[in-house]
Amino acid sequence: MDPERKKVVEHVAVSTFPDEVLERVLVQLKSHKDRSSVSLVCHSWYDAERFSRTHVFIANCYSVTPEIVSRRFPNIRSVSLKGKPRFSDFNLVPPNWGANIRSWLVMFAAKYPFLEELRLKRMTVTDESLEFLALSFPNFKALSLLSCDGFSTDGLAAIATHCKNLAELDIQENDLNDKSGSWLSCFPENFSSLEVLNFANLSNDVNFEALERLVSRCKSLKVLKVNRNITLEQLPRLLIRAPLLTELGTGSFLQEHPACQYSELENAFNKCMNLNTLSGLSEVTALSLPALYPACANLTFMNLSCAALQSGELAKLLVHCPCLRRLWVLDTVEDKGLEAVGSNCPLLEELRVFPTDPFDEDTFHGVTESGFIAVSYGCRRLSYVLYFCRQMTNAAVATIVQNCPDFTHFRLCIMNPWQPDYQTNEPMDEAFCAVVKSCTKLQRLAVSGLLTDLTFEYIGKYAKNLETLSVAFAGSSDWGMQCVLGGCPKLRKLEIRDCPFGNAALLSGLDKYESMRSLWMSDCKVTMNGCRVLAKEMPRLNVEVIKVDGSNESQADKVYVYRSVAGPRTDAPPFVLTL
Amino acid sequence: MQGVVGGGAGAVSGGGGSSTSGASISTVSNEDNLVLSSEDSSSCLDESELELGLGLSLGVGMGACKAQQGLRGGQYARILTAKDFPYVGSSASVSSSSSSSSSSSSSSLSRANVTAGTKRSADSAAAANGASQVVGWPPIRAYRMNSLVNQAKLPATEVFNSLIVKSRKSNPAVGKGTSNACVNAKEKGQLRSSLFVKVNMDGIPIGRKVDLSSHRCYETLAQKLEDMFATSSTIMNSIRGEEHDMMVEATRPSKLLDGSSGFVLTYEDKEGDWMLVGDVPWGMFINSVRRLRIMRASEANGLAPRSEESNGGQRMKPI
Repeated sequence: MDPERKKVVEHVAVSTFPDEVLERVLVQLKSHKDRSSVSLVCHSWYDAERFSRTHVFIANCYSVTPEIVSRRFPNIRSVSLKGKPRFSDFNLVPPNWGANIRSWLVMFAAKYPFLEELRLKRMTVTDESLEFLALSFPNFKALSLLSCDGFSTDGLAAIATHCKNLAELDIQENDLNDKSGSWLSCFPENFSSLEVLNFANLSNDVNFEALERLVSRCKSLKVLKVNRNITLEQLPRLLIRAPLLTELGTGSFLQEHPACQYSELENAFNKCMNLNTLSGLSEVTALSLPALYPACANLTFMNLSCAALQSGELAKLLVHCPCLRRLWVLDTVEDKGLEAVGSNCPLLEELRVFPTDPFDEDTFHGVTESGFIAVSYGCRRLSYVLYFCRQMTNAAVATIVQNCPDFTHFRLCIMNPWQPDYQTNEPMDEAFCAVVKSCTKLQRLAVSGLLTDLTFEYIGKYAKNLETLSVAFAGSSDWGMQCVLGGCPKLRKLEIRDCPFGNAALLSGLDKYESMRSLWMSDCKVTMNGCRVLAKEMPRLNVEVIKVDGSNESQADKVYVYRSVAGPRTDAPPFVLTL
Repeated sequence: MQGVVGGGAGAVSGGGGSSTSGASISTVSNEDNLVLSSEDSSSCLDESELELGLGLSLGVGMGACKAQQGLRGGQYARILTAKDFPYVGSSASVSSSSSSSSSSSSSSLSRANVTAGTKRSADSAAAANGASQVVGWPPIRAYRMNSLVNQAKLPATEVFNSLIVKSRKSNPAVGKGTSNACVNAKEKGQLRSSLFVKVNMDGIPIGRKVDLSSHRCYETLAQKLEDMFATSSTIMNSIRGEEHDMMVEATRPSKLLDGSSGFVLTYEDKEGDWMLVGDVPWGMFINSVRRLRIMRASEANGLAPRSEESNGGQRMKPI
């Protein structure tokens, strides 16, 4: 800090600057990173900040206890919590691992009776908890459950029944017990506050008439994402009752009946002037797709990852979407479809290409490096990519990042482990070298293909802004991981599976882990002894090993290391060993 | 040394079924993870063929296969060993991880049935496909796997009871028409817009997939197949003779259908029998086809004979 600025701060501290005023100012601060910085300035700022904070984001539910949170922040109205390690999404974490919301809810009921919003990711939530939530917070407005488990549609029924002021119900991608669609009918007949409703991933039928009435009553509805059981014939009836819709997730887009009902659909979409986000479209065909065109003029985000579109169909659709910034597609569109993306979407910032048939290795399908290259030539502003493919070359990636140096998120998944550059048969090291050298703003990287330690040397050396790194089936020795831990000053999350990194690598990060959120290593070469050493040297880290049935006793099958002020877990199941 | 892989590592099966007739499916035996036996397969290769470079089932073979394309001139399959992949020091750990992961996944699979959760289905989908048993790879979330399973895997037979093909007047089908099917009984989750079936051609190890619902007659289907396989081998060039013309009009008779190319188009029906394509009405064909095969005419002897036609071309008209 230069001397001039230091003087100003001192001056302010000396004069009487009422805390109330400071709090008023700080209330405007929304970013939790900014708030963290503010709280470190001095004691009075710390206090002012903590009283003025209304939203708390806890990235790892085990890094802190409910008590500590409630002591520090007395006025919270909105909580976001994340639980399990990300690899639990891919079945790498056994069930009943933890991250149960229950103890948090008990604290909230006691300390935050005016709680309004709860956003959970990868937490375990039971029906009892949902009912408790519904009954304990009269002002409750928003519930978002993403990738959670442990509950059923009965819990949703409790929410619908009791939360009189609910404005947002967002149920996405959860591992829930989908018993029936009757929860939707539990919204009382006079209930009208809903603004966001997302039940796209639920599989049972809801009562359509009840849904229709609900949509009618909720005049402020802005986001509606229905499940695939809602038919194309039913959709217009919902659309005309929701004129303010900005985000729409359709149900099935399969046109079953002849053309006479197509005009109803067209009329309905003609009126959707405000749509910026579109998703769903399962079972879409070339015949039903054109009905959408009038509604696409202002679309900035289109999620076609449930719609098996062909390249020609996508090309025709994209012509109508000039404002697109984010696009998710299935690889049925193939390289030709991606060429159309390159030609039609100059403003594109984010592209995700998902595989349709990830396990079928002996049939040619999907996208290759050509599609990616084509996009990179047409969409120079690309900053976020998630790309699943079966073949890639170093040269292709080098071209891509030369065209698009602004990547902040680069997630490349070559689906066959250890796949080399298919033209040169070399490792893919040079590809990721190009990525980290060209993309100086890179925050998130996922690597794949045949990779030696060289890749990690490059990452450690060049990826100065990297925060999240995902590694699978890569590297040759401990040296690779050591390079990453020794470089990458901003590294926060490191998740590794099936790599030849052992104790030496693990322990080389001793000084690093407290500045990181977490480390995950599964099926690597780390042993229990190595983990014990780590735990002993770094008492403020939680070092947990998940033991898998039938594995070698000295092996640390899955290791999860994270910083915590809460101390070791008190609710760990028997297969989680805290060292 | 820690983490040593024992011999009892879980067996990982080779990638799916081989496409060429009679070629043996290579499997990774328990004893020997790195070396595959390919004695039988070499006898099935043509000289002008792509080398069947079989490698580790977990996809390394793909890279090796393509790389070996450069080695023409009568070389046939070479057994790939660890020496070909000096970097793959961690391959040993895969088997151990597979075995430990498959044991954890199997226990979690059984638990999944009790909790009626959907998360485990990703791995059961993998297991059902006979694909590699690596847990959680590729990294796709379970809800997405479920929606893919709903979309892509239904056999053609269960979908159409009566097939009525409609097309909108204002959206004339150009070239490849799109058929829109109405069914009498509306069955949720079984109505599909696309009907992908696998197509394999004798002598080409990598198959393709074709969407039958985007065709309304045999002619366009055959042309689509000719286009598909023309890009991947020299065999198709021999079909086309001098014309390396990629723009095929709808009216030109297909060589695949009239038997003039040395290859015939066949399909496997729902009873498992292999039939010549073109004999039954299109709707019936769609109803019973499971997959397609472009077979060498010399091998097509045992197939159900097609009725004699004077022009030798396809006799079914678009519906």
